[in-house]
Amino acid sequence: MTLDATDRKILNRMQDDLPLVSNPYSAVAEELGIPESELLNRMSCMKEDRVITRFGPFFDAAAMGGAFCLCAMAVPPENFETVLTKVNAHAEVAHNYERTHRLNMWFVLATETPEGIEATADAIERETGTRVLCFPKLQEFFIGFRVAA
Amino acid sequence: MIDARDRQIIEALQGGLPLVPAPYAQVAEALGMDEGALLFQLAELKSRGVIRRIAAAPNHYKLGMTSNGMTVWDVDDDHITELGTHIGALPFVTHCYERPRALPDWPYNLFAMVHGADRNEVERKRAEISAILGDACRAKDILYSTRILKKTGLRLKAKG
Repeated sequence: MTLDATDRKILNRMQDDLPLVSNPYSAVAEELGIPESELLNRMSCMKEDRVITRFGPFFDAAAMGGAFCLCAMAVPPENFETVLTKVNAHAEVAHNYERTHRLNMWFVLATETPEGIEATADAIERETGTRVLCFPKLQEFFIGFRVAA
Repeated sequence: MIDARDRQIIEALQGGLPLVPAPYAQVAEALGMDEGALLFQLAELKSRGVIRRIAAAPNHYKLGMTSNGMTVWDVDDDHITELGTHIGALPFVTHCYERPRALPDWPYNLFAMVHGADRNEVERKRAEISAILGDACRAKDILYSTRILKKTGLRLKAKG
């Protein structure tokens, strides 16, 4: 899908917070100077084409009493797919990326309790026979996420 | 902490907010509550930081930002806060954290995520970070992502 100027305008706006009102898309459409139906159609198309991976609330597990933790494993390439299946089977694995390093599998655990991180990391170690290194955040310097479309 | 009602709301919304003219009314109906009560509860979850914002998660790859580099740095602990704040403020850094080292495997304590149209662009941005860190940086590396293996966001487990 090729994004036109209106799609980009929508995408830039929709990375910011949606108002908590009955007709939030109508409010945003008015801001952007387009009809609400056009905003909804374009959003649906971008979601369908996976330009938008998700639209909705971003939850903070830590504020719910839970925790997030970045973890990494050095997975032997010949076992990569087998280990991947075992790791991804855990609902606590929120994202997982293959990366260019000896530590080639990097994933984020999101758990409902702080203890859940260690428990899940231990379970993954047991199931895969591979060490899980945990890198919890000590300080956060910026949380922007926004990309200019 | 979250109570049973918060949990119901989070479960109803973790898949996303419907793209319909009155999305909160639709979710409220599914939860058997009225729209006003849901909006009130969502505002409360936001004020507690449980909901950071209601927004789109874009796919960097589909936007032409096909190169994603996790730059990592071993920075003097005495200067990490000052330097991390500086690096985190760069417009092309999307996430920036101090994390513990895992010696001897992993000497790096500063992580800064950089996206670009290709690796050359990411390398140019990485060189800017390197110049800022100067002598305070003892070692560095970059890990490019080669594949998204999973991307679902937070999922609560069903609880009885």
